[in-house]
Amino acid sequence: MTGAATDVVRRALLALTLPVVLVATWWFATAGSTSFYWPPLADIATAFTETWTGERIAADVLPSLVRLTTGLAIAIVLGVAGGLLIGSSRVLRAVLEPPMELLRAIPPPVLVPVIMLFAGIGDGMKVAVIASGCVWPVLLNTVEGVRGVDPVLRETARSYRLGGARRVRVLLLRAASPQIMAGARQALAIGVILMVISEMFAATNGLGFTIVQFQRSFAIPQMWSGVILLGLIGVALSLLFKLVERRVLGWYHGLRAAQRKA
Amino acid sequence: MTVHSTIEKSAAGASGGPGPVALDVVGMGKTYAGSGAAVEAVRDLTFAVRPGELVCIVGPSGCGKTTLLRCIAGLMSPTVGEVVLEGRRVDGPPEGMAVVFQEYGRSLFPWLTVSQNVELPLKDKKGIGKARRRELVAEALEAVGLAHAGEQYPWQLSGGMQQRVAIARAVAYEPKVLLMDEPFAAVDAQTRADLEDLVRSLWHRLGVTVLFVTHDIDESVYLGERVIILSSSPTVVLEDVVIDLPDDRDQLTTRSEARFAELRTHVYERIQEAKRGHRPAAAG
Repeated sequence: MTGAATDVVRRALLALTLPVVLVATWWFATAGSTSFYWPPLADIATAFTETWTGERIAADVLPSLVRLTTGLAIAIVLGVAGGLLIGSSRVLRAVLEPPMELLRAIPPPVLVPVIMLFAGIGDGMKVAVIASGCVWPVLLNTVEGVRGVDPVLRETARSYRLGGARRVRVLLLRAASPQIMAGARQALAIGVILMVISEMFAATNGLGFTIVQFQRSFAIPQMWSGVILLGLIGVALSLLFKLVERRVLGWYHGLRAAQRKA
Repeated sequence: MTVHSTIEKSAAGASGGPGPVALDVVGMGKTYAGSGAAVEAVRDLTFAVRPGELVCIVGPSGCGKTTLLRCIAGLMSPTVGEVVLEGRRVDGPPEGMAVVFQEYGRSLFPWLTVSQNVELPLKDKKGIGKARRRELVAEALEAVGLAHAGEQYPWQLSGGMQQRVAIARAVAYEPKVLLMDEPFAAVDAQTRADLEDLVRSLWHRLGVTVLFVTHDIDESVYLGERVIILSSSPTVVLEDVVIDLPDDRDQLTTRSEARFAELRTHVYERIQEAKRGHRPAAAG
């Protein structure tokens, strides 16, 4: 085996150690449990395979994921567009920064009842909740990223008369991309939370809705299995995000590594 | 004494000579109106650069070289006077000009490969097709000795190589005037000598007009056909020296010539005077 391959295996083993230990602890600690609220993990595992079959995935998991991705996409588009504008204008920043700080300080879940008032209780409401909570980290990070573009690089672009769309695409967006990605990662975490919460309020399907239904009908192993599924979805999304980041920010990590060596 | 008189004579012939002018700086001054007192960085600069000339500008540190360069590049407008590039007043970055900045590491786009960096400015230039763009990029990289490095990223290269990329980008742009702002101040001495020879050879091959700003007296004498010596701030032109060294220059032979030493000493003395605050009588 080559050095690089052993390294990958070693890192994978290290990363998996703690999860394996925790699951094993849970498994053996609850093995003989008779508590109604803490069923044996074995029961939860059985419930998991029975509950999350193809039908339920189509009926509950998929709608949740569609709402999440739609809301996130809207938040990222609005946040990046707004961030480009605000980051490029000192006047806009001076006017908008105080109200933005206030809006961002409002915990997004309290927006659910407010948004329900005018967006109803359909998918539109849930997407609106997710988008309105996720837009802030993207927006504020993009503003910072655009403000932080190296002045020498700006002058270079100016002296070569790089104009309009090309300037936005090649200079501003790329220079701000590390911050934009950091904002998007925060938005992803907030988005998952808001997805579940918005489905707990008023919904007829979705993961949040299903978990509350299980809890209300005392199907405790099923409820736990839903919580585990949410956790797994979170891990999968963050892995997916890492893949995207590696592609988009390959240059950034290379640059940082080169600067550290110098 | 004889040295001095020949230099003064040649200087008189250099400025205001007849013939076409590529770049004309006329009565240029720049005063920064900051908070509190206004700061006069550049008082009155007038000089002309003929097409195809290689002119060095040298002055004591803090003498407003960067202000002058930014005004010529159209990145900043002068408070008085004007800069004229090929008959047109500069009021923004002009089409026929390319700038090589001192901070090579920060003037290349780190998310673009070397080829993409060189190609980028060509995309907004009128009348250049994709095939021609490729050609220009390949030629420019070849000319700076980086034909093999096109697919690499700038941060994978050494400092000297990065500055070569910046030079290739400027050359591929096919500018009428190439502005260089202390381009080699941040590279080591050996790389610096190589890059100086590169500038001379590119200038010979391409016939481009070069305005080279430096604080290094030896470098200015070695590179230039003319050296314009600036006073300390508020800046005026102290002297316009013709460098009458043979056109074919070499790091070893040129630098050991007696004439090189004379010119170098002369420029050095004028810079020392400038540091002590000497100014031409008229400029007060």
